[in-house]
Amino acid sequence: MGAFIIRRLLSTLLVMGLVGVFIFLLLHLSPGDPAAIIAGDNATPAQIEAIRTSLGLNDPLHVQFGRWAVRVLNGDLGISIFSNVPVATLIAQRVWPTISLAFTTIVLAVALALAAGVLAAWKAGSLADRLVMILSVVGFSVPVFVVGYLLIYVFAITLRWLPVQGYSPLAEGLWPWASHLILPSTALGLAYVALIARITRTAMLDVLAEDYMRTARAKGVGTGPMLFKHALKSAGVPIVTVVGIGIALLIGGVVITETVFNLPGIGRLVVDAISKRDYPIIQGVILLFSGVYVIINLLVDLSYTLLDPRIRY
Amino acid sequence: MTVAAAEIARIPNRSGMWHFVRRNPTLVGGLAVLLLVALAALIAPLIAGDPIAAKPVNRLRPPSQINWLGTDQLGRDVWARTVYGARISLVVGLSVAAIAMTIGLLIGLLAGFSRTVETVVMRLMDGLMAIPAILLAIAFVSLSRASVSVVVAAIALPEIPRVVRLVRAVVLSVREQPFVEAAVASGTRLPKILRRHILPATMPPLIVQATYVAASAILIEAALSFLGAGTPPEIPTWGNMIASSRVYLGLAPWTIFGPGLALALVVLAVNLVGDGLRDHLDPRIARRM
Repeated sequence: MGAFIIRRLLSTLLVMGLVGVFIFLLLHLSPGDPAAIIAGDNATPAQIEAIRTSLGLNDPLHVQFGRWAVRVLNGDLGISIFSNVPVATLIAQRVWPTISLAFTTIVLAVALALAAGVLAAWKAGSLADRLVMILSVVGFSVPVFVVGYLLIYVFAITLRWLPVQGYSPLAEGLWPWASHLILPSTALGLAYVALIARITRTAMLDVLAEDYMRTARAKGVGTGPMLFKHALKSAGVPIVTVVGIGIALLIGGVVITETVFNLPGIGRLVVDAISKRDYPIIQGVILLFSGVYVIINLLVDLSYTLLDPRIRY
Repeated sequence: MTVAAAEIARIPNRSGMWHFVRRNPTLVGGLAVLLLVALAALIAPLIAGDPIAAKPVNRLRPPSQINWLGTDQLGRDVWARTVYGARISLVVGLSVAAIAMTIGLLIGLLAGFSRTVETVVMRLMDGLMAIPAILLAIAFVSLSRASVSVVVAAIALPEIPRVVRLVRAVVLSVREQPFVEAAVASGTRLPKILRRHILPATMPPLIVQATYVAASAILIEAALSFLGAGTPPEIPTWGNMIASSRVYLGLAPWTIFGPGLALALVVLAVNLVGDGLRDHLDPRIARRM
């Protein structure tokens, strides 16, 4: 077990190193020149050159990468080319809306998806099962921004039940905070619910067909405990795997959802930075999101032993 | 004729087309929708007016006899723009699937046969997969000049690792099969083994995967256009139509209806084709998560 954790940690570090190289190369080999953008339209070539030198953009690529990597390892993500504010500070300022959105979405989506998946497997072939399956295909196909604007149109503009856009910090009250997150979480969570409900149904169908489920039933275990205590726990490994892999889907969705609902989070930060070619912000945010994805999937791998005692590393 | 014989007589020809349709409703339904959309995109000039011409006098008109789906903030016909928008979505979906499959297949075959290639390539793929696809694509597109080919490349790149993994997994399992061992033992050369035994085995899962890649490519292209990091803004796409109509959502909800519904419908159809193909080609293949 210890050896497995160490091996898994090492491979995680390797992956993160590769991610760093990819992001660095991608942004530095592309044709946009941040020095020319900073200098403005009327700058002379000499001025642009001076800015390039001061930013260190004229050094060899591996020197630039080395300098960047050392700084990142020290927790320094660089300074925004445009606002002159450290990227880490900008991310810290924007982190709460994103965490709120991700947290509410994951909690709501997983709860709903497990319930729907278990129901569909338990009543396999019934109308409820058909409905869950149809909704899961549809939910996987409708893009976040289409659902988002549909929700805004119905619940915010027409019915006026919820605010159209924006964010309210938790410190200013629970309801204002929650009311700003209901629609974004629903829009963002739809594809995630579809994904998890589908795999929950499949995994539960396999488990429910096992002999030990019939034994449990014969011993007099009630329907509720049978489904949620015995079966769902056995079906846990594939479900948790998909919850982890689905985080990638969620991260992409966060960027779009924050744009649709005008949430001042990290997704908006990167979208704004991209239109200005603000390299350090783009690098910092992609690195952060990739790190979150890699760490969550590390935790998923480690959680297998808790869910299934037969798995030993 | 007895009752039983009459029953038998009514059973349709098992190899007939109708039988295929009955057995594969999702596959046929999805294909029908896609063919219809493809046809509309192809004959767009015949069934829709000018998607570009702005007529400010007509702006934000609700759906009518002349403008079936209304007009947008510049007075352009939403129906015409939706029909022309299908072109980009279909082209991007098809090209991304073709490129990701071809490159992924080549790398996957190599990785399945060479230990050294496998170690290096699979680590690289792990790294690439750790970057959220949409962010990678956004960064790629917005840092180059906006064009359809850049968008295709940007969307195809993050899809490649998933294809490589799939192909490698198939190669690794087929390689251990007795018929491959027999071929090796009888002195068949590697290229022939690849062509005769390995390649055919990768095809069914690869074709299914291609449809899911196409669906995700269409979604990501729309997302890129929506965020303003996609194809040049003068080309009508479903994504940039939705982006420009969002300001007028309360005033003119019809501007979002056409592109939103078209996008959802096409992605749904591609996913249905994928599910249908999966069930038809090999019921054991798990859906890609």
